[in-house]
Amino acid sequence: MLKYAVSLTVILAVIWLLFSGNWTHPILVPLGAVSVALTVYLAYRMRVLDREGHPVHLLVPVIKYLPWLFKEVVKANLVVASHIIRGRKSLSPRLCRLDATQKTDLGRVFLANSITLTPGTVTVYVREQEVWFYALTEELEQGVLSGEMDRRVTRLEGES
Amino acid sequence: MSLLLNLLSGLMLVSGAILVVISGVGLLRFPDFYSRIQAAGMTDTLCMILILGGLMLRTDSLEVGAKLLFTLVFLFFTAPAASHALTKAARQCKLSPWRSDKEDESSQP
Repeated sequence: MLKYAVSLTVILAVIWLLFSGNWTHPILVPLGAVSVALTVYLAYRMRVLDREGHPVHLLVPVIKYLPWLFKEVVKANLVVASHIIRGRKSLSPRLCRLDATQKTDLGRVFLANSITLTPGTVTVYVREQEVWFYALTEELEQGVLSGEMDRRVTRLEGES
Repeated sequence: MSLLLNLLSGLMLVSGAILVVISGVGLLRFPDFYSRIQAAGMTDTLCMILILGGLMLRTDSLEVGAKLLFTLVFLFFTAPAASHALTKAARQCKLSPWRSDKEDESSQP
């Protein structure tokens, strides 16, 4: 609990300093410190200062995961752009199901968010062990069904 | 060095703008609600990254760059939530996806 409180305080303080741009103002900086302390206290009262509410342990795995996701996003964007140019005849929309191997809710949220972030596929339902998603074409569907994204998210979850 | 940065950021801004136009065309051209969400999803991802990244290369102060970076991060987490909510709501209302073989019946709104 203390670990999460300290990390939340540090993150909020950095964000406050970057957003306000006041590093030495005699009134505003103490007021910022008070607002950070109030926010951390409220998060403590709301009982969201835990592993799920403040997943700071995922920071390094997520940074390792992002370049791959970015590459997929760029590829899918170009595919969708080419379908826009070729028109509706090139589409074959479908709803499909993927077995999710993540153990925690947070891992499934990561998987669903990654599927939605790549254009051409949108998550429709997230259940215990499966994710239903809508795909624009068979190519985009196979990109998700090949399971590479699922594997990488599971690994990200396991590294924490 | 600054010329190179300017060129790079200009290139990113122009390609982002072109992608926004393509995705706007897709919003009008795609046949049904689900596929239009995909076209709109392009603006949420690559266009947004290119335009905000291009602007970030042009800033001269840390604060403006940090604000742009935070905009990017927040959009990266909230945009999929919005698309997912729209798709799920449409699915709950039993809207079935468009199929190319049944164009005559289902393409009319």
